[in-house]
Amino acid sequence: MNRMQWRRFIPLGVASFLAVMLFIGLGLDPKIVPSALIDKPAPQFDLPPLPGKEPGLIAADLAKGGVSLVNVWASWCGPCRIEHPQLMEIAKIPGLRMIGLNYKDDPARALAFLQQLGDPFATVGADRSGRVAIEWGVYGVPETFIIDGDGRIVMKHVGPLRPEDIKEKILPAIAAARP
Amino acid sequence: MIIELGHFALVLAFVLALAQASLPLIGAARGSAALMAVARPAAMGQLVFLLLAFAALMNGFVTSDFSVQVVAANSHSAKPMLYKIAGLWGNHEGSLLLWVLILALFGAAVAGVGNNLPASLRARVLSVQAMIACGFLSFMLATSNPFTRLIPPPLDGNGLNPLLQDPGLAFHPPFLYLGYVGFSMAFSFAVAALIEGRVDPAWARWVRPWTLAAWCFLTIGIAMGSWWAYYELGWGGWWFWDPVENASFMPWLAGTALLHSAIVVEKRDMLKSWTILLAIITFSLSLLGTFIVRSGVLSSVHAFATDPARGVFILGFLVLVIGGSLGLYAYRAPVLKGGGIFAPISREAALVLNNWLLATACATVLLGTLYPLLMDALSGGVDKVTVGAPYYNATFTPLMVPLLILMALGPLMSWKRGDLPGVLSRLRFAFGVSVLGMLLVWYLREEGPVLAVFGIGLGIWLIAGALTDLAERIRLFRISPYASLSRAAGLPRAVWGATMAHAGVGIVVLGITASSAWTEEKIILMQPGDQASVGGYDYRFIRAEQGPGPNYTALRGQFEVSRNGQPVVTLEPESRSYPTPPMDTTEAAIYPMLSGDLFAVIGNPQGDKGWSARLYFRPLQSWIWGGALLMTLGGAISLSDRRHRVGAPRRAAAHGRSDAGAAIAAE
Amino acid sequence: MKYARAAMFLFYLLLGAGPALAPLGTGPAHSMAVDAVTLQDPAQEARARAIMHGLRCLVCQNQSIEISDAELAADLRRIVRERVAAGDSDDQVRAHLVGRYGDWVLMRPPFKLSTLALWAGPPVLLLVGGITLWLGLRRKNMQAPPPLSEAEAAQLRKLTAAD
Repeated sequence: MNRMQWRRFIPLGVASFLAVMLFIGLGLDPKIVPSALIDKPAPQFDLPPLPGKEPGLIAADLAKGGVSLVNVWASWCGPCRIEHPQLMEIAKIPGLRMIGLNYKDDPARALAFLQQLGDPFATVGADRSGRVAIEWGVYGVPETFIIDGDGRIVMKHVGPLRPEDIKEKILPAIAAARP
Repeated sequence: MIIELGHFALVLAFVLALAQASLPLIGAARGSAALMAVARPAAMGQLVFLLLAFAALMNGFVTSDFSVQVVAANSHSAKPMLYKIAGLWGNHEGSLLLWVLILALFGAAVAGVGNNLPASLRARVLSVQAMIACGFLSFMLATSNPFTRLIPPPLDGNGLNPLLQDPGLAFHPPFLYLGYVGFSMAFSFAVAALIEGRVDPAWARWVRPWTLAAWCFLTIGIAMGSWWAYYELGWGGWWFWDPVENASFMPWLAGTALLHSAIVVEKRDMLKSWTILLAIITFSLSLLGTFIVRSGVLSSVHAFATDPARGVFILGFLVLVIGGSLGLYAYRAPVLKGGGIFAPISREAALVLNNWLLATACATVLLGTLYPLLMDALSGGVDKVTVGAPYYNATFTPLMVPLLILMALGPLMSWKRGDLPGVLSRLRFAFGVSVLGMLLVWYLREEGPVLAVFGIGLGIWLIAGALTDLAERIRLFRISPYASLSRAAGLPRAVWGATMAHAGVGIVVLGITASSAWTEEKIILMQPGDQASVGGYDYRFIRAEQGPGPNYTALRGQFEVSRNGQPVVTLEPESRSYPTPPMDTTEAAIYPMLSGDLFAVIGNPQGDKGWSARLYFRPLQSWIWGGALLMTLGGAISLSDRRHRVGAPRRAAAHGRSDAGAAIAAE
Repeated sequence: MKYARAAMFLFYLLLGAGPALAPLGTGPAHSMAVDAVTLQDPAQEARARAIMHGLRCLVCQNQSIEISDAELAADLRRIVRERVAAGDSDDQVRAHLVGRYGDWVLMRPPFKLSTLALWAGPPVLLLVGGITLWLGLRRKNMQAPPPLSEAEAAQLRKLTAAD
């Protein structure tokens, strides 16, 4: 085959590459937006607590050592209901501080939600306007963040937590976040 | 019962397709006339059974048989009949049935009228067509059966989505599919020719009409979709470079290149390799579009089904068809070398340039569409970007500009060796007119991007260039008007068609330029009695009131539009709230004029500050749709040219040299 | 994108359906992205709208925040207006949002190493394709035409002999 002749394989080559990419693509979700805050400090914004769930979201506390999990949720959110048992499971992990970020919710309904389904949170900050959530790069509920002892975000999970996610994503992230 | 018969018909069609895909191919290889003769009845039979299957499913929709799963999911007893019918193809399974039906339609057409084809070529073409059908039919029977029952049947269906109850949207899929699937003919011809190992001018004569027909349908399909977006989505946008839009645009670009490339094969027995490749690529892009829409691989509102199993099946099918055909191309490429040489300045060269620019443009759109996926896959989901209109404006548009400039030159060039100075001098009128137009626009419209002036010039250049071509052929102003007129009457229809299509492109360019650059928009809160001036037109808000509709409640607004004190029209936009499923739609009030569109949208009141209103004047907006129609009309007229009619090669041979000679001279 | 309204329908469906990301808020009916509070200065408002035009709505499937009815889009529009009013340049406003949501939120993909292929692709394809065609055609034109067959050679002799 002379120099020029290999060109006839170019279309096949390009198509093969695309086929591989498309196959990989079948396992990916194009709608998930990756976090821009990985390995960056958690946003320095505080939130007042839900009544009875003091002290609320205190950004400084996140950097005081120990791994934290921040879960963005709301009582009007269906998938939050579905993931809640997983949160109850995760709450059992020793040494993990569970913090809730209640997004654009009515406090009474939020408390009723926790009462009905169980309360995994040590404290819950109430983001009535949603502005603080935007600082965290939140675009839907539920979302879950793992923060290390220095207050840096090490992982973000978009969407409800499935049972597999605890083993595959949450536990490894917590282990990596520990010094 | 009818549904089960439909299912059975589908299975029979599949069996026939299997036979059609294998036996004629073996027959052509062995020279067995008996095996090759299987193709024709098999193709006809396939069509008959698929028509039966389609009719059975249509019956299910029309009678609102909710024991059928797709009917229950996509229809509703309260839907108007028109939309019950259109509901058949408004879902994944039903649309696949439409796909294979159209595939069989084209196959049967070739089987029916293709008596002038050499028997082996026809057998192979029908075989390849049947292979594609086998793929789709097996996919349907295995994973997407439209005839699945739902027991116990629900009392009523789910499918009352008001968005889909719209004539534009309801009938846009059939046109698109006629386009997409029509390109399967060119594909089948290409692969058959590769199997034969021979591409001669007669082949191109055969491919062109089918490609032209598919191109016409696709043009209309895309234009309909765009037009729907314009009037339904409430912001006057009509093209968003969404992956699904791109999925229909790419075959159009490649198909346009194919159309022009086939001319060179036919006239000069050259560019065979290019043309075969384009035929394969055009249909491959159609298939890719089908995959994108049904697999969830790209983020788009159009996703039919995001079932990974279905996605893998379709991808596997794509790999077989596209990989197989491109592999065959690579293998057979050496036999595709054509004869003849041409000068760097010639019509052949212009068409090569045309191919090159269109192919690059098509590749650019593909790159932009798939890049988010590429980046996601290669970065492990860590780094994602999205590709929006700004990218395409920066890359696609600059590619189109030289192409559009050349469009006026190409038809005037002669074959083998063109006379560039001569062509340019013949275009000086067109050039002058477009410069004049640019100066006029620059004077009249100080604001707006400078590029817009250039865009206007380009549009005028295209129209004037097309008319120049016509004028040259009838020797306008060089011979008596009467003689010119008689020449015009004798011009082949293909010439009229090409002129109209090229002029149509110019009109579209003018429409796009003007509406993109000089649309005036006012987004304000208005109280009754308020007036706003947009684009020289005065919108006066009369009133807004809530009221009931047949199956919705609507906020109806009323605007009186006048210009210089003279009333023009009363616009009554609506904002509708549908209860089931809960959904809001805006029904913009649009008044198309030759100079532009008046466009008004109304929304809820904001406290006591007034109702929210969006008012527009969109210059030359309708020229986009009008131009697209003209392009399609041009294509259709070209198609009706007797030389394109099936059987023409034989007639040309029978009538002797004069006919063919006149044909070639006229081109 | 012509099916953006279908996206809104999908939202409502998703809210009730199973495991899926719930979009933020159920966009107020007929909001039409006409905000009650806009910037007083028309020039600033125009700038803000232009910036919004180039930012992607994260829950909308191919709409900008300028025209989206989603609540998140309204929130982001508010932020854009605040930053413009605070004196940020266009780039700074965009950077503010990219800092929170990443490059994904830009309609125009940024110029960086990982998008090199995207931006360089079209000009490179054009050039490479053009050069390949040019070389291929030149080579073909420089080849001698195929030799005449016997019959053709005889015909040529006959014709030239007749002169």
